[in-house]
Amino acid sequence: MNEVRSQAVAEAPAASKLLIADGDIHPAKAGAADFHPWLEKRWRDHMDEYGSPGRQGWQAGPAYPKSQPNASRRDAYPPEGGRPGSSLAFMQSQHLDANGVGLGILNPLGSGQGVQNPALSAALCHATNEWQLAEWTSKDSRLKASVVVPYEDAVASAAEIRRYADNPAFVQVLMLSRTAEPLGSRKYWPIYEAAAEVGMPVGVHAFGYGGNPVTPGGWPSYYIEEMTGHAQCQQAGLTSLIVEGVFEKWPALKMVMIEAGFAWAPSLAWRLDKHWKTLRSETPELSMAPSEYMRRQVWWTTQPMEEPEPRAHLEDCIGWMGWDRLIFATDYPHWDFDDPTQALPIRVSEEQRRAFFMGNARGVYRGCAG
Amino acid sequence: MSRHVVATSQEIPEGGRKLVMVRGRPIAIFNLKGAFFGLLNRCPHQGGPMCEGLVTGLREAPMPGEYVYSRAGEILRCPWHGWEFDIKTGQSYCDPERIRTRSYPVEVTAGTKLVEGPYVAETIPVSVEEEYLVVEM
Repeated sequence: MNEVRSQAVAEAPAASKLLIADGDIHPAKAGAADFHPWLEKRWRDHMDEYGSPGRQGWQAGPAYPKSQPNASRRDAYPPEGGRPGSSLAFMQSQHLDANGVGLGILNPLGSGQGVQNPALSAALCHATNEWQLAEWTSKDSRLKASVVVPYEDAVASAAEIRRYADNPAFVQVLMLSRTAEPLGSRKYWPIYEAAAEVGMPVGVHAFGYGGNPVTPGGWPSYYIEEMTGHAQCQQAGLTSLIVEGVFEKWPALKMVMIEAGFAWAPSLAWRLDKHWKTLRSETPELSMAPSEYMRRQVWWTTQPMEEPEPRAHLEDCIGWMGWDRLIFATDYPHWDFDDPTQALPIRVSEEQRRAFFMGNARGVYRGCAG
Repeated sequence: MSRHVVATSQEIPEGGRKLVMVRGRPIAIFNLKGAFFGLLNRCPHQGGPMCEGLVTGLREAPMPGEYVYSRAGEILRCPWHGWEFDIKTGQSYCDPERIRTRSYPVEVTAGTKLVEGPYVAETIPVSVEEEYLVVEM
């Protein structure tokens, strides 16, 4: 099969096409030993003895089944073996080269974020960051790293962010959406303070281990509800960030909402604005309407893009949000991958296309303006 | 339209599949209990390589709590987003009215007939002793 795709590339060499950005690539470790060079023996022994359970009801593995094994495309297993996403060479040939990715943002999952033991969580997050440098960004300059932070310990997280303040391989801070408290809680403010200080956006990826269900109405039964629930979860997080005053306090802070769709943004903004007008005096620290913070400080990665019928509705949503708000993302190598040649099913201008596929990403991620 | 020899019938065992190229088009050939079916190797949704999908059956529920499993081995799920297709017809199950993947008839033909022509044997050397899979395109 991969021969077929490479033939397609041979017809139109990647170099002659418009290079794209990908705001959501998931590198995977081949096994726990990949982190060992940066993990003290104390923690290796600890994991052998006690494991590294996350803060969730189901202690082994994800809370919901996946659509495909390892939540991955069935054609993404490296020929040399190992998990999808664990081979740089295969990622290069199947994705980066084939799809003309000029800027790829690494968002490692299974990294230690959400591990219940706070010191172990911090140690694993740091190992993940060093591993990104050693195994990925130093070997392919198209790839940029995220500072993975143990978000439930905001002080440790802020220290981790500042540790990479001067390292150009790191272009964003990575959190997950299902935190123990709503994202805008003061508990997490040291993270936002440090991110604003070093000039990195904070990316909030779907999933997480705060112990709360993905919906505000309890634990649903099915994977499809979790997939849909990411949008609800991120709306709750974004509402909290706005209303708690995070964007008011750090006007230069940028947030990137990752892998939860985006077509919900207009309706959330309309509802927030409506209530803000009547309840303005409850949160007088907000100097402008909630939608204005969204337009000033929030971006969305596109995958998995909504596919409304007729497709023109998608255009309406983006029209309200602004064509400067979206960062194209594939979620490679995961099963719900969006193909850059297929994912934007509406007619757009050249200017909009360039912003959607590259320009917006260059403006958001630290040091990527190029 | 021309007829293309793409494989020997022995190459694809029951339950197996093979990716072939016919006039530059990737076609996934499936063997369902001795009958052969061809599908374009590009999912109509976003282009996923169908030949690498999971072959499974059809799960239906006439009402919540009642489940019917049928057509084992006849349903193909795209390896990317899991859209389901009928291998025999290319019809989709998420939107059968509008979405189907292109299907191509595959015929089993004896080598003795093939040597008479008119067939295009792309890369397959034809001998009179064997049976061959022929795609019309």
